[in-house]
Amino acid sequence: MKELSLYILDIAQNSLKAGAKNIKIELDIDHSKDLLTVIVDDDGCGMEKEFLQKVFDPFTTTRKERKVGLGLSFFKELAQQCGGDAKIESKKGIGTHVEGTFKISSVDLIPIGDIPSTIISLIISDSEVEILFVIKVDEKIFKFDTVEIKKVLDGVKISEPSVLKWLREYLTENLKCVMEV
Amino acid sequence: MKSIEELEKIRRETLEKVNLRKDRNGIRITVGMATCGIAAGARPVMMAILDELGKRNITDVVVAETGCIGMCKYEPMVDVYIPGQEKVTYIKVDENKARQIVAEHVVNGHPIKEWTISNVE
Ligand code: FES
Repeated sequence: MKELSLYILDIAQNSLKAGAKNIKIELDIDHSKDLLTVIVDDDGCGMEKEFLQKVFDPFTTTRKERKVGLGLSFFKELAQQCGGDAKIESKKGIGTHVEGTFKISSVDLIPIGDIPSTIISLIISDSEVEILFVIKVDEKIFKFDTVEIKKVLDGVKISEPSVLKWLREYLTENLKCVMEV
Repeated sequence: MKSIEELEKIRRETLEKVNLRKDRNGIRITVGMATCGIAAGARPVMMAILDELGKRNITDVVVAETGCIGMCKYEPMVDVYIPGQEKVTYIKVDENKARQIVAEHVVNGHPIKEWTISNVE
């Protein structure tokens, strides 16, 4: 995959499969530390220890389990290539925390890509799930919270095409603004 | 720059449209969004479908995702369900095909046979 936003979509889709009701996606860009951190946190059913050990290894994940393992193992590989690492912590019945770090200066780092499309895709996948997206770029910060959006919408569905279209534009503009150096 | 306040306007406009909607026609479009679907380009396909429906002001079609059905090499895959008709599965869909599926199949009611799975089986 050519964009970090696609890895994030894949990881968050795993969260949906795990029955998550809340997903938190965090991007932290710190130029002074030359560090990009990607976090996906959920309150899904979590994974068994034994499965967790396998999940990062594309060679031991069997065909049946592949749906979940594949994206994560590539995510870890990419992080390591970029001078960072990835870890996953999961507790049965509590949730899963995926965290990847990347050196911003690494030549192997791929673009963050289209985060708004990733968030819209997740809303389409399950409009009941609450998504909190936070991006920090040095001193700047932008937060997007579907709980807040749904309050304003007051009964109009978040999955209505006109709403999704507006949300996508809203996200695109605000992201551009925080990412500008 | 867009702020959350503007959303109130979208809410009012959408509410009017929803109220005008007479019959729910029950048409459903689903896109495969498991790992290999995403890797093959399912996300832009999903966005193109939304965009095309939006441009045509179609508000009563449900867009949703499906998970893995174990046919990686045919991804991205799109299903179109129209009540009273058999489900049509499109394979190796791209943005351009997605837009034409909306126009030809969903709007005009003519499935594009060359792109469906039955064409390869
Ligand atoms: S892994 Fe699901 S179709 Fe390929």
